[in-house]
This record gives sequence, structure tokens and C-alpha cells, in this order.
Amino acid sequence: MRDALHRTAGGTARRAAPRSRTRLRGPVAVLAAAVLALTACGGPGDGGAGEGAGGELTVLAAASLTDVFTDIAADFERAHPGTRVTLNFAGSSELAQQINSGAPADVFAAADTATMEQVVEGEGLDADWAAEHGTHGLVFATNTLRIAVPPDNPAGIEAFADLAADGVQVAVCAEEVPCGAATRTAMDASGVEITPVTLEEDVRAVLTKVELGEVDAGLVYATDVDSARGRVEGLEFPEAEEAVNEYPIGVPAGAADPVLAAAWVDAVTSGNGAAALADAGFGTP
Amino acid sequence: MTAPTHRRTGRRTRVRAGRTPWILVVPAVVGVLFLVLPFAGLLVRAPWSTMGARITDPAVLSALWLSLSTASVATAVSLLFGVPLAWLLARTRFPGRRLVRALVTVPLVIPPVVGGVALLLVLGRNGLVGRYLDAWFGLTLPFTPAAVVVAQVFVAMPFLVISVEGALRGADRRYEEAAATLGASRTTVFARVTLPMVLPGIAAGAALCWARALGEFGATITFAGNFPGTTQTMPLAVYIAMQRDPEAAIVLSLVLLLVSLAVLATLRERWVNAR
Repeated sequence: MRDALHRTAGGTARRAAPRSRTRLRGPVAVLAAAVLALTACGGPGDGGAGEGAGGELTVLAAASLTDVFTDIAADFERAHPGTRVTLNFAGSSELAQQINSGAPADVFAAADTATMEQVVEGEGLDADWAAEHGTHGLVFATNTLRIAVPPDNPAGIEAFADLAADGVQVAVCAEEVPCGAATRTAMDASGVEITPVTLEEDVRAVLTKVELGEVDAGLVYATDVDSARGRVEGLEFPEAEEAVNEYPIGVPAGAADPVLAAAWVDAVTSGNGAAALADAGFGTP
Repeated sequence: MTAPTHRRTGRRTRVRAGRTPWILVVPAVVGVLFLVLPFAGLLVRAPWSTMGARITDPAVLSALWLSLSTASVATAVSLLFGVPLAWLLARTRFPGRRLVRALVTVPLVIPPVVGGVALLLVLGRNGLVGRYLDAWFGLTLPFTPAAVVVAQVFVAMPFLVISVEGALRGADRRYEEAAATLGASRTTVFARVTLPMVLPGIAAGAALCWARALGEFGATITFAGNFPGTTQTMPLAVYIAMQRDPEAAIVLSLVLLLVSLAVLATLRERWVNAR
């Protein structure tokens, strides 16, 4: 419950009124670019990553990466004194649209490859970075679906097929968002057709409904079960192997500091970053 | 329908109006532009070529119908409970009245998503009240159209209460006093004098309440969930469409805007005589 309220407190601004989101992105982007340009011409020793380049790094990442990236950011700031990392977590699709509308972004980490494609085809990736690491971004983690049930498991769910039984109330993600696409893949691959009571807008919303006991089960990611340990039970199921979600990361074309951005990507894919991801329940590609 | 009264034709007011002071016009124009330009942005970006096919999509029509019907039911429910509540706040004195008035406005202030969670905690399957509804009557609210109405009433009723209370405070009390001295009971005074007098205020409040219910998103998706045909209202459909197909989201938004403007304009025509 605490988590549910916490989630709403964090997610309210972007979810309360999608119709009235202020869009000052153009001017803000210009202003930010100007500020970055001024600060980037800082002084001597401005050799980019690894030398303690003072600078701003704006990282846009899928909401499911919140805990891990926050930890990585702290390490990164210690390793690059004078660098300030600004993290912006939201639904991948929403972030992709923001980037394509010109929002400042040095790094984008999405919860699935389809969303990264939106940016590849829209704003595009930084040419140099893409040439070195991949034109469709770099897959740095994987996430697998789990069945989340309330701790007392009121409907006695044991297998994926149980979710299709009559009278079982199931919450899943809408197919338009990554977790929903994975759910659809798992259903198609297994031939189990679940009739959910609700198609939620993100995986956290599914988790909330399970935590509050409003549904008998929900389909979420392994990492969500880990983050809600004690409040929900997670069940692994073999059908999930058909729908493993890949998380790509990339440096968008508009990045103000592609060198520093590349250093961030290295930090995510290297030792400490990979360990933090594994701790949070992510798989490795 | 009553015939329009011509007590306040333009003539008398226009005699006094000299040149319009620019100090008011400039900010007014800026205000209008600020409110209208985003709408123009939608019109510019709208995919006109595929508009027809998208609008007649059964999924869109069912979301639109659900929106219109739930918002109308929510407005009716708000009138049923909100008008008496406004009357109590405006016309009676009881201990804690100020607190009650403050509490009534809480849904205006808290983020709708939090409101949705609060509704789940009270009316959900395991909620404070919901658990007994489930055990005694087999009633579960979440994920049903009724839950959509509940969420809408929660966020929209305060608008009605505030409007009607304002109208009651602004109404001339002497008519009510005259009726009372002639022997009318409090109920009769309310039904035969007060209510007709503040009808325009109630109409304005109801229109505001309906519009707010129509646009409700956060509390709905949290308390009622999102399922096409059952609980997916237009704002929810817009938000979900935005994830993958922004053009579809723009079309849906335009449909919602035009329908609500048409309904409100029609109502205004009907009520304009009462002003």
C-alpha cells in the first residue's frame, strides 16, 4: 500500500491529466542547449568522459529501471566528479514521444525494443555511438513476466492456465505498453487466452491492484515482484520464456554530450551496473 | 419554455459603455489565446484523411457512449446529493460547517489518482466498506461501469456544490422570508421559492460537473480500471492510444471536445432564457 501511494505521488503529474500537459519543450530545449553549451566550454581539461568533465547528463529511462539507475547514477557521479546526472523515469512510450518532440536527452533506456525503434525512426540515435554499439541501441538487460498474486493467493493460482479460469479476476497491461505486448506474446505462444477485468496503463498499476487484493492475479515483471517483496507473491511460469523483454539503451541524436552519454552506457553495461541490474531481478542478454 | 424576458436588453448597458479599456483587453486576449492555441495545435496535427474511418470505429463509439452515459449519470447523482448539501452549507448553521465545506473541496485538491486509490481502499473488494458489500450482497464495484460513475461523482460533485452554494448565497433572502411568513414550510420554501431562484446557478454547476466528469481520467483508471466497453471512457482510450498511435489519440480528443462543446452549447441555449 505504501508503495501504491508512493507510486501515485510519483506518477501523478504525468497521469492526472494527460490532456493538459504543458509543452514548453522547444524553448526549454533551446535554453538547456544554450546552458549546456556555455557550461561545456568550461575550461581546461574538458576532455570528455573519465577525466572528471563537469557537465550535465540527462538520462530518460523506463520506470522499471528507477531503483537500479538511481544507484548507478550515484556511482557515476562519484566516478566523474563535477558531473550531475538528471534522471527522468516514466513509461517508455511516453519518454520516446518526449524525445521525438525535442526534449533534451543524452541517454534513453527503454523497456522494449519496439519503443527504442520509435526513437530510432524519429529523433534518431547519435551516429557515432550507433556506429560503434548498434544502430538499434544496445540490449543491456532482460525482464521476464511473473504471475503476481496477493500473499494469501485467494484464487489458488498455480499455473498460467489457471488465469483463464472462470471467476478469476486478472489485471494485465494494455497491449500498447511493453508489459502488455509481452503478455500478448505469452498468451499467443501458449494458447491460453486470459480475459482480464482491466488493461492497465503500466505495470505498476497492475501491481497496485494485486497489492490491494482487488484482483486475484496480475501479470508483471520479475523485477516488480522483487520490488514489492512481502506484499505480493511471484510465480514463475514456463510460458514466460516465450516473451522475454529486452531493454535497449542508446544515445539519441540530440545528445548534448555524446561522450559523457557513452560513458553512462558503459557504466550500465559494466561490472557494477550489471551487478545492480542482477540484484534487482533483471536478466542478462 | 418561458418566453425570454427583455428586462436587460443591450441598450441600457451599452449607454454606459465607453471605449473598452485596453488594460483589460490585452490580458483578456492573451488569456483566450492561451486557452485556444493548444486546441488549434490539435487541429493542425489531426490526420484529416483517415478521420472518417477512425471516428466510426466501433471501439471509439463504445468509448464515447460510455463516457457520455457515465458522465450524465454522475451528474444526476451529483445533483441528487450535491444540491441538498449546498443548501445545508449555505442556509443552515451547524457545528463544524466550515470543516464540512473544506472537506467537500478536498477532491478538487488531491490528485485524482490518489482519489482513485482512496476509493479502492474504501469501496474495493478488500476496502473498509467494500468488503461488507462483497460479503453481504455479493457486490464488487471495481472494474464495473458503476465504478466509473463513482469515480466521476467523487471528482465532479464538488464543482456542483460550490456553484450552487455560491448561487444560494447570492440569492435574495427576502422572497424566502416572505414565503415563510405567509406560512410555507421550510420544504415548501425550498421547492417553490429557493430552487426556482437558483436554477441558473444549478444549471451552470451541473454543466461544469458534467464536463469535469467527462474528462475524468486518474481516479477512473485507478478505481474502475480500463476495459473496452466496460470501463474504458474516452480519456482512458486517449491515454492508451497515446502510447502507440498519437494520431489516433488526437482524433479521439477532438471527438470528445466537439461532442462536449455541442452538448454544452445546446444546454446553454436552453438555459439562456433563465439568466
